[in-house]
Amino acid sequence: MSDQITFTIDGVSIKGKPGQTILQAADEAGIYIPRLCYHPELAPHGSCRVCTVLVNGKPQAACTQPISEGMTVENDTPELKEHRCNIIDMLFIEGNHFCMFCEKSGNCELQAVAYRLGILAPKFSYLFPKKDVDATHPDIFLDLNRCILCGRCVEASKNVDGKGAFEFVGRSIEKKIAVNAEANLKDTNLAVTDKAADVCPVGTINKKRTAFAVPIGKRLYDKKPIGSEIEERKK
Amino acid sequence: MAKPKIATTSLAGCFGCHMSLLDIDERILKLIELVDFDKSPVDDIKEFTGRCAVGLIEGGCANEDNVHVLQEFRKHCDILVAVGDCAIMGDIPAMRNNIPLKECLDEAYLNGPSTYNPEKIIPNDKELPLCLNRVYPCHEVVKIDYSLPGCPPNADILWQALVALLTNKPLELPYELIKYD
Amino acid sequence: MSEIQAEVKKICQTCGNDRAKMMDIVRAVQQKFGQVSSEAMNLIAKCVGCHRVEVESVVSFYAFLSKKPKGKVVIRLCNDVVDKMAGVDAIAEAFKKELGIDFGRTTPDGKISLEYTPCIGMCDQAPAAIINDEVITYLSTDKVKEIVADIKKHYDPSKLKHRLGDGNNADELVHSCVHNGLRKKGQVIFADYKSEAGLKNALAVSPVEVINVVKTARLRGRGGAGFPTGIKWQFTRAAAGEKKYILCNGDEGEPGTFKDRVILTERADMLFEGMTIAGYAIGAENGILYLRGEYNYLRKLLEKILQNRRDKNLLGKNILGKQGFNFDITIQVGAGAYICGEETALISSCEGLRGDPKTRPPFPAQKGYLECPTAVNNVETLCCVTRILEMGAAWFAESGSKGSPGTKLLSVSGDCKLPGVYELPFGVKVKDLLKDVGAQDAQAVLIGGPSGQIIGQNDYNRTICYDDLATGGAVVVFGPERNMIDIAAQYMEFFVEESCGYCTPCRVGNVLLKKYLDKILAGKGEPEDLDILQKLGESIKLTSRCGMGQTSPNPVLTTLKNFRKNYESKVKKVSDGMQPTFDIRAALADGEAIAKRKSVIFTK
Repeated sequence: MSDQITFTIDGVSIKGKPGQTILQAADEAGIYIPRLCYHPELAPHGSCRVCTVLVNGKPQAACTQPISEGMTVENDTPELKEHRCNIIDMLFIEGNHFCMFCEKSGNCELQAVAYRLGILAPKFSYLFPKKDVDATHPDIFLDLNRCILCGRCVEASKNVDGKGAFEFVGRSIEKKIAVNAEANLKDTNLAVTDKAADVCPVGTINKKRTAFAVPIGKRLYDKKPIGSEIEERKK
Repeated sequence: MAKPKIATTSLAGCFGCHMSLLDIDERILKLIELVDFDKSPVDDIKEFTGRCAVGLIEGGCANEDNVHVLQEFRKHCDILVAVGDCAIMGDIPAMRNNIPLKECLDEAYLNGPSTYNPEKIIPNDKELPLCLNRVYPCHEVVKIDYSLPGCPPNADILWQALVALLTNKPLELPYELIKYD
Repeated sequence: MSEIQAEVKKICQTCGNDRAKMMDIVRAVQQKFGQVSSEAMNLIAKCVGCHRVEVESVVSFYAFLSKKPKGKVVIRLCNDVVDKMAGVDAIAEAFKKELGIDFGRTTPDGKISLEYTPCIGMCDQAPAAIINDEVITYLSTDKVKEIVADIKKHYDPSKLKHRLGDGNNADELVHSCVHNGLRKKGQVIFADYKSEAGLKNALAVSPVEVINVVKTARLRGRGGAGFPTGIKWQFTRAAAGEKKYILCNGDEGEPGTFKDRVILTERADMLFEGMTIAGYAIGAENGILYLRGEYNYLRKLLEKILQNRRDKNLLGKNILGKQGFNFDITIQVGAGAYICGEETALISSCEGLRGDPKTRPPFPAQKGYLECPTAVNNVETLCCVTRILEMGAAWFAESGSKGSPGTKLLSVSGDCKLPGVYELPFGVKVKDLLKDVGAQDAQAVLIGGPSGQIIGQNDYNRTICYDDLATGGAVVVFGPERNMIDIAAQYMEFFVEESCGYCTPCRVGNVLLKKYLDKILAGKGEPEDLDILQKLGESIKLTSRCGMGQTSPNPVLTTLKNFRKNYESKVKKVSDGMQPTFDIRAALADGEAIAKRKSVIFTK
């Protein structure tokens, strides 16, 4: 078996390694595929669907689909951009995203992908759901208003920290993150040094006493769009 | 040829978006060359004097007066722009949206930790507009043509958007200007 | 030790303190205590060695499980579209009146809970309800009075007096008023057959030859997707792994489908024979029948039939003398989740997890149940296997239509004179089917359930087969009076409730589709809403993670296509720039009531 797999993304020939997903191979090649739930150090969850690409014409999540020899991937097309904008709009309106006072603003991946896609306002009306905030833990607070159900904290706590502090409960639009305790985060063994406390793409899991350390203008996505770091790898 | 007119208002907002408009600095002189202001807190004209090319709306609708003003703007303006996060999504005022109105009023006027109200009065003068059951983003009340996000939107985005709309150019905003905070 | 501690511990022990048996554990706890309380969750977690929140994760997923206490008797009234057409609203009012409570509530004495539930597989005898495990069909307002009075005497639904259905429904282990409603027997499933001849023929040849027979017969999955069964088996057999599993998908949840119910009632032996053949073919020693919770009333019968088969050495070790072929079947009962009919969600559920579909690849054939190679087949498919092995591949391949050999069980309900189960050769025209069922005046027909297509009269010449109108078996007929937009909205409500919530487009997108349909139904729709529905539907279809999301917009998209005029006549252009959905009176109602004065700005 060859140790190299050749395929194309938007007509550009890419070489990847066996076992890689489309997203991993694209990242290495310096091609940015928009994504949200994916985290390079965690098993892919495949839930946000932002990284949907067409593989030989068939939709697949780039973060879970392995590469194969000769496959044709479409990524940067107007149709896919429209679908991605719809998904981002859905994530905004299903939560309560008050960016102006959110500690994560400027470093938030949901916001950053929306910026990159040029979204000025969601096209759907807001659902204004009632969500919980849990500030009982001495070092961490949890704001479910901002959760996009990416599953990173669940995966990190279960398989990196070995704690299982988080899990999904409920289903449908009521699905949410719950903590491994009868009620409160303080009753779990989550520690501020855990991977799970570090991986949230939005402002749901926050470390206390660390907010607003970086001034506006110098935050991660103030000047350069998300994905620039990947695109800079392209020679 | 007469200059086109613009109107502005602040509904359930903090006037921060209007302050940002003033932040266009010396470009305000250019703006005055481009347009006349109609109904607006900038010139304190209370009622529309005629048809406007552009209406800028700050804030969402928290009470009946907000709805009334917004509907008047829709009737008098060719293009209606939701300026800032409150107009777009209700924002901080909309944090009450999943709490019943009665509870909100009780918390604000009777039970809040910093409240001193020995007579237990919830303001209810007939001059006061009635509260809505929740805060409505502008697009839920009238058709909105454009949205300019930010809290407040940067002066540059307001300037670029206004110039584009008044000169019939497409609204193309650079990455650094699209911000939700 | 308190009662709950002792009982939960006992239940967990009976299940071997096995994390993978979570469904059985929480079902048993729910049955015993009417809830899986916070305390019980802690105890279960301790017994099986998992995190407490994992137990909560499972309990919160399934409709038949609850953290909050439910009554000793839980009445679940089916509010499927077909039941609504059969007048379930009046039945609902009668239950509310007799019990003095609203839906979603429990009587003040804590004894009876009243709930709605989606399709329970009784559309041909609607309106129907499940009371604990008892199914009561053909409900009328008078019957509701009798039922409630009867229950209040003993609070034991198994003592409810009712007539008995036909066939095995009257068996003492079933003792149900359900009737089979078998209208037409075809030559495969409901024909007379020589039981165990298929199994004997299979065991006389090699497993690979069995797979070849199934391939030659060109058997395709009967659940709706139509994947070639032989190829699925071939992959599963070839996959690396010591243990392999055959899972039978008896989670017949697609609204309007009830054909597997009749198979499970009357042809369970044929099904188990097929599972045994499948086990032999792929090299599995274990089979699991996943039985939807709504069909739990059949469980005792099925267990007895399994025991009979063990007694006859049709299951167990060295089956029918075939040295080294060991195979047995267990039953996993679900707990009310449509998504578990999706094969990877079904696997998750069998593993004792929430019914979330799994990421593919790996496919079940490579890594399925407990990470082992697994073949998941529909109930009807496995019955076809039995007949194919009995009669030969050629016999099967020659029947039906060209690309779709064999027969198909269709469950027909709705506005027709003769609802029930029809076994018809593939290739039957919709027109001819409608004639058979007495529904020539149908305005629309739903083929394949809400995840299928809603077609209009222009399509009645089309045929039911994999190459044209594919279906898992649901056929729902809508008469000329029905409002097809309302029907689409009701089906969307079903998908909203049943989405597992894993992926964004299915979780949120379906909610939005429903909102736009409601807007149109309220007379506030605008022409551009039709484009939004179309585009939103396409986004959900294209980006959703599993088959459910990929088909959930179909009620909208197929009615938009086939009943465009209905939509167009309901929407109108707004010219004053106001939002037709904004209701100032509703928005002011609270404010006016609190201030005790009327608006002077908005007087109308």
